[in-house]
Amino acid sequence: MEAILTIILIFMILGAIYSLHAKDLLSALVSMGIVGYGLVICFLLLKAPDLAIVQILVETITLVIMVSVVLDSTRYELKEKPAIRHEGEPFINSRYVGNIFIGVLVALVLLYTYQFAIEDLTRFGEHVMRMSGTYLEDPANQTGSANMVTGVLFDYRGYDTLGEATILVTAVVGVLTVLRLKGKK
Amino acid sequence: MSIIVKKVAQLLSGLIFMYGIYIITHGHLTPGGGFAGGALLAGSMILLVLAFGSDVMGLKKRETGSSIIENSAILAFLVFAAVAMLIGTSIFFHNFLPRGNLGELISAGVIPLYNIFVGIEVGAALFTIFLALVIYKEEVLK
Repeated sequence: MEAILTIILIFMILGAIYSLHAKDLLSALVSMGIVGYGLVICFLLLKAPDLAIVQILVETITLVIMVSVVLDSTRYELKEKPAIRHEGEPFINSRYVGNIFIGVLVALVLLYTYQFAIEDLTRFGEHVMRMSGTYLEDPANQTGSANMVTGVLFDYRGYDTLGEATILVTAVVGVLTVLRLKGKK
Repeated sequence: MSIIVKKVAQLLSGLIFMYGIYIITHGHLTPGGGFAGGALLAGSMILLVLAFGSDVMGLKKRETGSSIIENSAILAFLVFAAVAMLIGTSIFFHNFLPRGNLGELISAGVIPLYNIFVGIEVGAALFTIFLALVIYKEEVLK
């Protein structure tokens, strides 16, 4: 199974890289669809059908909206200006050297402190079962639902579901506000 | 769009709507639940709007209606959670209806009701966003 997952992930990465460099915007959108639908196959292989249904629907709706926007405007990217180099400047100036030096320095400091943090974590592959153990002992009789995911979503973790529904309502309010403001001009 | 597209969209959107209702109401038995079913409900109505084009006057009434439906669904969700606090044990979100037998359609207390409310809310929210974008495109960008 890991071999198939690796192949699909390589396809997704190639699709994402191509969508950055495509000249035609419609081709870029189609290769973004590769990323979305490849994720659906990954969810099905990892045994999560709830997520796969939601992902395929949201991906289709988003692609429909984006295609309708692209088809109305020009389909080619505007010409990019190349990086301007003034005359008489040396190729390696102090700005480049300073940026690279600070980047390498921060990376080394993070790697050094990461070694201390790693000692307290559990090994890769073993889980801390403090909350999951309570959820996994007999959920069918405690919540009453045969689907364990729905039991966790609406009984053990009802607050999180309330927060997620509130996020959707806030998103709708935000979209309506922005579109009304731009429409009134 | 041509008449073939319109007729096929009419037939298909009814089937997709029924499938969305099935996934919502069987959320505690089979995989799916409120969010997946709600996205399906939104998908069936978006299919109709895409096939029939957009005359703006009819769509404005639809957008107001679906916004009202979405807000009352989330209000009903909160009212249910608050009622659970006032009856008997004072726990927010307590499962206070009888549990029933495992595996039947009417079982698991309040979980099917929560699924229905969340499904209606998610479907109406996605449809409201889509209609707001369509109305903006048709009306403002002339």
